[in-house]
Order: sequence, then structure tokens, then C-alpha cells
Amino acid sequence: MQDAGKLSSLASCILSLAFLLLFYFYPLASILTLSFAPDGRLDLSALEKLIQTPYYLRTLWFTIWQALVSTLLTVGLALPGAYVFARYEFPGKSLVQALTTIPFVLPTIVVAMAFSALLGPRGLVNTTLVKLLGLDRPPLNLQHTLAIILLAHVFYNYTLVVRIVSTYWANLDPRLPEAARMLGANRWRAFRQVTLPLLAPAIGAAALLVFIFCFTSFGVILILGGPRFATLEVEIYRQTINYFNLPLAATLSVFQIIFTFALMTVYTRLQARTALPQELRSRRSTQRRPQTGRERLFVGANVGLMLALLVTPLGALAARSFAAERGLTLDFYRSLFYNPRESAFYVPPGAAALNSLGFALATMALSVILGLMAVSALTQRKETRFLGKIGFLRRFLDPIFMLPLGTSAVTLGLGYIVALDEPPLDLRASPVLVVLAHTLVALPFVVRSVLPALQSINPRLREAAALLGAPPRRVWREIDLPIVARAALVGAVFAFTISMGEFGATSLIARPERPTLPVAIYRYLGRPGALNYGQAMAMATVLMLVCAVGFLAIERFRVGEVGEF
Amino acid sequence: MNSRTQETRSKRQDAGASCSLLELCNITKSYPDGWTLADVSFSVERGEIVSLLGPSGCGKTTLLRLIAGLETPDGGQVLIEGQDVTHTPPHLRGFGLMFQEYALFPHKDVYGNVAFGLRMEGLAREAVAERVTQALTLVGMAGFERRDVSQLSGGERQRVALARSLAPQPRLLMLDEPLGALDRNLRERLLDELPQILHQADATAITVTHDQEEAFAIADRVVLMRDGRVVQIGTPEGVYRQPATAWVARFLGLTNLLNTKILGDEIETEIGRLEIGDWALSVANLQSLISNLQLLIRPEAARLSTGGPNTVRGVVTERSFRGERYRLSMRHESGVELAFNMPANVDLPACGEAITLSLDPQALTILPAEENTA
Repeated sequence: MQDAGKLSSLASCILSLAFLLLFYFYPLASILTLSFAPDGRLDLSALEKLIQTPYYLRTLWFTIWQALVSTLLTVGLALPGAYVFARYEFPGKSLVQALTTIPFVLPTIVVAMAFSALLGPRGLVNTTLVKLLGLDRPPLNLQHTLAIILLAHVFYNYTLVVRIVSTYWANLDPRLPEAARMLGANRWRAFRQVTLPLLAPAIGAAALLVFIFCFTSFGVILILGGPRFATLEVEIYRQTINYFNLPLAATLSVFQIIFTFALMTVYTRLQARTALPQELRSRRSTQRRPQTGRERLFVGANVGLMLALLVTPLGALAARSFAAERGLTLDFYRSLFYNPRESAFYVPPGAAALNSLGFALATMALSVILGLMAVSALTQRKETRFLGKIGFLRRFLDPIFMLPLGTSAVTLGLGYIVALDEPPLDLRASPVLVVLAHTLVALPFVVRSVLPALQSINPRLREAAALLGAPPRRVWREIDLPIVARAALVGAVFAFTISMGEFGATSLIARPERPTLPVAIYRYLGRPGALNYGQAMAMATVLMLVCAVGFLAIERFRVGEVGEF
Repeated sequence: MNSRTQETRSKRQDAGASCSLLELCNITKSYPDGWTLADVSFSVERGEIVSLLGPSGCGKTTLLRLIAGLETPDGGQVLIEGQDVTHTPPHLRGFGLMFQEYALFPHKDVYGNVAFGLRMEGLAREAVAERVTQALTLVGMAGFERRDVSQLSGGERQRVALARSLAPQPRLLMLDEPLGALDRNLRERLLDELPQILHQADATAITVTHDQEEAFAIADRVVLMRDGRVVQIGTPEGVYRQPATAWVARFLGLTNLLNTKILGDEIETEIGRLEIGDWALSVANLQSLISNLQLLIRPEAARLSTGGPNTVRGVVTERSFRGERYRLSMRHESGVELAFNMPANVDLPACGEAITLSLDPQALTILPAEENTA
């Protein structure tokens, strides 16, 4: 019985590690080989060429500074919002909190489309202004500018910062700045010298996460930035798809990998520090209703900003999907399901949606199974621990399962193209490739959802069950399973929404005849005509709704802080 | 109920004559950090409530976990009704354990928690329901079946935990700091109720506590532990009246300890010659052979007086009124500080005034100054 436990534990550890080895490390290693040793010998000429070409250096520089500006803007705007959530209690707060977190799970393509629908040349603002003022050209030219990119990045990451910082802030003792003020510091100095240093790890962790996301930004830059702008991620995509220059794409990926790994390392360090704050207080003692008129105005203004930031682009997207030349229409939705051109290469949007659904369900199943295996490998109990003397290896297992989180999706896609194209692993033509890529992206989320739930089970509960007569297997069924099942459900929904919206890796590896919804949206966007644009809007709206529903399900089933990053 | 209880009691005594319900023989357990449980032996009879009493870190909870089978001893044996169960896993021992923080299953309601052990026995649904109701009624929680455990107050959780461990009618029930997490008022009330509930359920029980008041109120017998060793076993009265060592006396909150020599039927101390009870004297004579002696003056020993035998004179240094009694501190002429509990119905001299007290010989005890480790 105990041997069986040991065996299944060993098997799950080996299987989950084998998956990572084959579908994560092997593709990455192939990229390295292609970049530095294309003919089997070390050859740094690709790297040399890259460094000597000003264009690529400019791309790297742009990638860094746009991420930096996006991060600063986001943190600056989000800090007051974090303060409002941390210190004030007001009606509808939990609803606002839940709603404003939706962008976190929205696919990049949806966000890009939403801003295009709001501020693009055919967007809501421009068409309204043209109509109102009788202009003959759209007055706002934000499409393909830096401004709209930054705006989309702020939209994406604003609530991420609010959430991370406010959670930490809410637990800080509000008497600390009060004590500073009693000692003679004015409001600003009390904030700068007491509150800010205490918040530093949380702000640092949030800012770093935002920086990583913006550094690897893909869909937003590709769609909103147009041909003038390219981050490393976009450049890798273009080199692969447009020029089929795989060695160059590989070298760019190596840059990307080095940067994101370094950033991820710093992030996990910082995050570990936020996990050990000073004396934590219960939220009830740190939050109150806004009392003076100024406080009400402050809270109101911030909540207004949050909702405006959330509602306007998403609302514009939905509105635009119903808007024709003359009034409202359902045409775009109707046309999603038939093939007007009778073309063999044409894939109707309905089929793309079905593809996405299939991929998402398969991803969900695979990532939950692998995630549970990984978690069981990470949490073997003493009695069944097979690693024994090499138990210290377990310390490295957790970060290893988190690695895909810090790897860009486009790089992963490129890795698959480079590595999995010859026997015995020739998966280039197989739809399984998409599922594998999505599973890798989703795996860290599943592990992060289930692991804390399993670790939070007090060992006393298992002992109590044993003393009440439950044999070991029964203990697992009665105690561990029901508690973990909920968390696994959260992980499953995460995996589903991630797979539905995944764009970076999919855009490289999806077969032309079997596109997913995001890939189909991007294709329609590239075609001329109002119908194609409207259909893209309609598809993006559908995708947005699916992801939003998924997200609300996650919020509903989440236990405590499970699944927080 | 009453007649049944008596009947089972007498039956138990018959069976108990042959062998104890639980017997620990020379249990040892050491940990990598150097801490050890050394050579612990004692037994528990059927229907008895035994308290393991000692400061935190003395090994009482570890001992409980060893008895429960959650840990395995390095040496020694755990016998149940004469059978060796040292290596039997916990779920086959038929013991109950109420954990310190109760360890209620958060994903089950009150009913689900109490029913757990019964379901493990494979009882039919109706039988489970009946026994759950019985157990909840016993602890005064009938009607709480469908409550979520997170909605319960501390006292309610404690009762549910007790019902959960009582419901399968374990051969031996263990309670780890059963009242530790409760506020004062609730503790006082449950201190009276707990032994009643345990006796009504005919339970044999071991409780663990660091609070002597709790141990005395609940237990038939007390096992005092220090640094992983048993230092004294006895009834609450016996332990209180005749602590095995000065350390035990201090742990029980008895602070009036004076160096002493025996002179015939009297003793000499820093505060003069005193007369002690015959029984205490014979114990003292025995112990004088093995170690240095100290005199323990229990706090209830003193009465106001004007003179006579066993009189001590001094100055009141502190006097605090505690409702049912006074707490009085005095400095004896020799400089020794003594503290007493005095009846509240007699006015005491104010701070700084002189006071004369006579000491009841029956409340004076001789005990060894050092623990005898041999």
C-alpha cells in the first residue's frame, strides 16, 4: 500500500518533469543551438550580426524603454487606486474589485481590438466626432502611435498593480504613518519616509511584473503599433513568419530569454519578501468609510477612473461590433457562421471558435492532470518521499514548474517550430502542438492554484481523520481531495481562458486551415472592408465574454488567496 | 442513566483488576535538536481521567502523540489492555484525540465533522444520524448540525470537537489543551462541564494542560512532567499537599519555600522554630536521608492571631482584595517575604502596619530542595 503510494508519486514526478523536458527545455535548447551552432559548431556570427545592425539594437532599446514608460505610468496611476482599496470601505467595493480585475484574463487581441474600436480611425470616438462636427477625416490619429500602445498597457496592468499593492497595503498598520505625524512629519513626509519604504517590496514586485508583461508585449504592439513599432517579441514573429529567417529569430529569442529569466528571478525574490511583511493587521481594523467631502471625492474619482478605464474600451468593442454605416446591426454576428466566398482557404469564424473551444478543453484536461502530478511531486509527505537523500532537489522543482510563466509565448512557439519538426517528434502538422503550447503556458497557473490549497491543509486535519479511524487512502479521499478539487477547478478555468485567448505562440504554430479565434481575428483585421472589420469586432466581443465569464467563475470558486501571483 | 453508569463502573473495576487500559513502559524518544522524552512510564485505568501537567515544552503533547500513534517511540512499549500496540497505525487504535486548535474539517459542516468517525466504522446512515444527535446533545450542541464550522464561536468549536472525538466511543479519549483557546468565562464554565460530560460518556481520558487549576478540576490523577520526564504522579489533592520537589511546588504556584532542618518533632527555619503535622514529619524524616530539605508553607496556612504556637510576626507589604479572599504579602522580622490567602470576612491591617499570623501545622510540608534524578 505504501509502496503503491511511493510508486504513483514517483511516476507523477517523472511524467510531469518529462513533459517539461520534452516540450519546454528541448525547444528552448533547440533555439540556442540554432542561434549559436547552426552547423554543429559554435558560431557567433549571428550574434555578431545582430549587435552590429542598428535596427535590432533599436528594437531592443524600444522594447526596454516602452516597457519602462508603461510601468511608470501604470504604477503612478494605480497607487491612489491601491490606497482607496486598502484604506476605504464603500458600497459596491467588492463588485468594483471583481470587475476591475477582468483585464487580467483578457486576451491581448481583445484588448488591442477594444482600443482600436475606441480610438482607431474607424473607432467609436472618431466616427462620433466625424458625425457631430461634420468632418471629412477622423480627427484623432492614435492608430499606430506610441500613445495608444501605452494606453493599452496601462489598461492591462492597472488593476494588477492595484491588486498586489492594495492587498499588502490593507494589512499595514495605519498607525505607523500616524505615529510619524505625531512625531512632527507632515502628510507627505510621513508617506515618503514611513509608508512608501514599507510598501516598497509590494510596489517593486508589481512594477517588475508589469515590466515583464510589457517587455514581452506582443498582440498590443502588433495590432495597435503597426509596422512602425516592434518589440523583440514582434520582431521574432516577423522574422519567423514574414522572412522565415529562423536563425535570426532564434538569436533574438535568446536575448528575450536572458532578459525575462533575469527579471523573473528578481521578481520571485521580491515576491518572497512581500510574503513576510511586518505585523499584519486584520483588514477590518485598517479600513473605514470615507468621511469628509474630500475623502469622498478622492474615492469617487479613483473608482470613476477604474471603471472608465475598464468600461470605455470594452464597451466600445461591444458597441462597434453592432455598428454599421446606418445604425445597429446583427450582420457581423450572423455572418460569423457561413462562408460567403465558397473559398477553400477560407475558414469561417464559427469554425475558428469551435477550434478554440476544442483546444481549450484539451488544454484544460491536460494541464490539470499535469498540474496535479506536479503538485503531488512538490508536496510528497515524509512517509512517501522517495527522493530521500536527494530531497534537496525538491527545492528546485517549484521554480522549475514556474519557468514557463517567465518565457515569452512567441519564443515558445518558435521553439516548437524549430524543435518538433522531425521524427520521432514531428508534430508540425498536428493540432496537438497547439494544445501542448497552451498547456505549457497554463501549467504555472494550475500549479499556483492548487499548490497553496494543498499546502494550506493543516496536517492536524489528516491526523484527526486517521484517529477517527480513516486509513491513509481514505484520509486522502475525505480530506485532501475535496479541498484540492475546488482549487483544481479554479486552475481548470484559468487554463481554459488562457487557451481561449493565447495569441503569441498560436500565431506561429497554428495550421492555416485550423486557426483559433484570436488568430482568425488577426487575419480578418488584415483584410480590407467594413464587413471583415466588423466580424473581427464581433469575434473579439465573443472572446471577451467567454473570458469574462471564465474569470467570474474563478472569482467565485477561489478559496482565500489561492491563485494569486 | 445513573444505575447504568454504576453498573459499568463496577464492571470496569472487575476488568481493571487484571490489567490497565493503557500502560506506558519506559517510553523514550529523542529528536535531532537534542530534546528527549526519557523513560516515561505510567498507566491509565478504565473510566479514569488523567491529566498530563507541565510547562510548555515539557513533552506532554509529544507523549500524547506517541500514545495516539502519530509518532513512534525510539524505545519502550505502549500497551492497551495488555497488548502491545507500539507500532499499530493510529486509525487502528480506536483512540480519540481532540487537538489543541480542534482541527475541525473546514469543508464539512458540524454534522459532517461529528459523523466522520462513525462513517469510518461503516455504520448505517440512520445509526450515524442517531449517534451524532446523541453526541451533540451530550455537549449541548443539538440543533447545530447544519452549521458551517467557520460560523462557530470558540466555545462552540470546542464542543463540536469534543462531540466528534466522543461519538465513536473511543476506548481512550485524549484532549490536548482542551480549554486552552477559550476566554476566561467560558473556561470557568467548561471546567465544571467537561468532567461531567466525560463521566456521562463513560470515557477514559487523558488531558494535556499547562494549567494546574484545569488539571486539578478535571483529573482523577495528575502526571507532572518536566523536561521530558515524569516528576510526580498522584491525585490532585496528593500532589498539591505533598509536592514531590521544590520545583513542583513552584510550578503549582506555591512560593513560600524556606530552608529547613529537622530537630526532633520540630523544624528550624529562617523564621524560627515551627511545629508541623505528624504525617508531614514522618515524610520529612524519610526524605532527610536523601537530600536537602525545604519547608513549604501553603498559602491557606495563615490566620490572624495574637500569639501562641507557630506564630510569625512581620509587616504587611501588600494587601489586595480579590473578592472571595485577600492576597496578603508580609515581610517577616527576619526579612523573608511570605504570601498568603486570607479569608475576606476579616479586616486586615493596612500596608506598613504590623501583623501577627499563626500557621496551621497541617498546611506545612517538608520536601526535597532538589529534584532527585537518581
